[in-house]
Amino acid sequence: MTSSKSQRVAFGETLNELIEKNPRVVVLDGDLANSTRADFVAKAHPDHFLEMGIAEQNMMGVAAGLASLGFIPFISTFAAFAAKRDLDQVRVVVAQPNLRVIITGAYSGIQTGKTGKTHHAVQDISVFRAMPNMTVVAPADAVEVRQAMIALVNNLDGPAYLRLTRDPFKTIFDDSYQFELGKAVVLREGDDIALIGTGEQSIRCLDAAEMLAEDGYQAYVLHVPTLKPVDVEAIVAAAKRTGCVVTAEDHTIIGGLGGCVAEVLGEHFPVPIKRVGLQDVYGESAPNEHLIEKYGLTPRHIAQAARELFEKVKE
Amino acid sequence: MSDLSPQLLSDLKELAARVRARVLIAVHHAKGGHIGGPLSCADMLVAFYFHILNIDPTNPDWEDRDRFILSKGHSTIALYAVLAERGFFPIEELLTFDAIDSRMQGHPDMTKTPGIDMSSGSLGQGISPGIGMAIGARMLGKDFHTYVLMGDGESQEGQVWEAAFVAARYSLDNLTAILDYNGLQQFGWQESGMHMLTPIEHPAKKWQAFGWNTIEVDGHDIAAFIGAVEQAKAHKGQPTVIIAHTVKGKGVSFMEDDYLWHAQVPTEEQLSAALTELGEEKLAPEYLIGGAQ
Repeated sequence: MTSSKSQRVAFGETLNELIEKNPRVVVLDGDLANSTRADFVAKAHPDHFLEMGIAEQNMMGVAAGLASLGFIPFISTFAAFAAKRDLDQVRVVVAQPNLRVIITGAYSGIQTGKTGKTHHAVQDISVFRAMPNMTVVAPADAVEVRQAMIALVNNLDGPAYLRLTRDPFKTIFDDSYQFELGKAVVLREGDDIALIGTGEQSIRCLDAAEMLAEDGYQAYVLHVPTLKPVDVEAIVAAAKRTGCVVTAEDHTIIGGLGGCVAEVLGEHFPVPIKRVGLQDVYGESAPNEHLIEKYGLTPRHIAQAARELFEKVKE
Repeated sequence: MSDLSPQLLSDLKELAARVRARVLIAVHHAKGGHIGGPLSCADMLVAFYFHILNIDPTNPDWEDRDRFILSKGHSTIALYAVLAERGFFPIEELLTFDAIDSRMQGHPDMTKTPGIDMSSGSLGQGISPGIGMAIGARMLGKDFHTYVLMGDGESQEGQVWEAAFVAARYSLDNLTAILDYNGLQQFGWQESGMHMLTPIEHPAKKWQAFGWNTIEVDGHDIAAFIGAVEQAKAHKGQPTVIIAHTVKGKGVSFMEDDYLWHAQVPTEEQLSAALTELGEEKLAPEYLIGGAQ
């Protein structure tokens, strides 16, 4: 039985859970609480909910001030704004002073509820990964969102970017799952080709692996929830085992997971790579299924890339 | 009113002159740095660190201390000079300004320098962490006060007005901003020759429109400035901005009101003349013998 839940609902629920355990946790909202589900906090713990209005630059600075006093502020806004509108503020008063501000980018990727390219966030991983001191996490499902948030609050001293998605999607983890910061997770064993995903695309990698199995290819599936610090060992192990790697992300292939895996393998164990993701283009507004079809993010696209790469390597 | 004795006031004035001298020496020694802005805010920094702020130099991270943010981070050498005089670190360290591995960075770095409550340098940003500190103090039930010293030039940044709006929304009467209103910026709108239009017109009206209490004062009159801060602290229900009328390059006649001294290194002759004007010529041999080597 597969169950389904949205990451944003898990985000809102977990915020309340964290606040109930740690009174230093607060959430700052950029007037999107009823989208991001930070409104769960506004209802249950209004004293821990700070409305900052449509003013992200100031919001980031306010979070830095709170963090300097020992609070654990979560910034809640759309990923498109979290990774762009307030970026100099992140750099100067959050990342450089290494303050524990947890920046949550809701509605990441291109599946943002028919809002179009202005609200798509497809460079956020690249941007935050390039920033010293920053931890970057993109959970696969709602279960992992909760675990990641707990880990960020309990095990981190510096800033983090938490990449979340909007719509309900099937969950692959159950309550026994233990998220570990900086560790990748093997979702499927296989020797022919490695599919490496992040965020929800790891789930589509599993679907792609099923398609490949029907054609006689055994895919190894590695989920990389922490993009920084990235699990070099796990990525190298995947490449050593299979000899070729396909990456999958709802994000540009430049500097995101694909870029990251290429950097890691280029230095440690070069193998042929194919990167499935946004091919240096902007999106448009349309239903999710139409978008992922047009922009090449479906399990079928991942499987196709894997087949082509495998056959090329065999030659 | 202020419990400022004539003796203390005279001491503070003397300190301000010494701080100015140390700024000039440090910039001369580093062969780079800002001068106009640091001299503009030197009197106010002395007033803060030697009279207004509830701080403990032996325990810079004391959690109940008042918070101070220098939003116009390029004036940081004046803050370093004041912190050194106050005992946060040795005076000699000022001569490591901008040197490799120094704690005296070109802009304030809270991870390196004792006494720095927030990093700054990219303009227009200091007021927002100040709001976070003020909101945080309220949530913690602490009565420390947060001060943010801003430049008039950086008031051109949109973030300042985002912050002004939010601080008023939260009625942050435990937050006081100070505008170092010297009327000059690095280059600005030059009409002709040396004359420049001021970076921000009618600041009091603008801040009032955003819901702030405003006080205008001479930023070089230490007693009056301390009085203005006391008034600001006593004002309830609104944040206050103190519009401090200042002169860029204040204290050295040939540097005053001249935008070219925003960031210029004085020659040895200029340094010597400046120290004499400040009545701090005694620092010259000390520096030339000790630090200039």
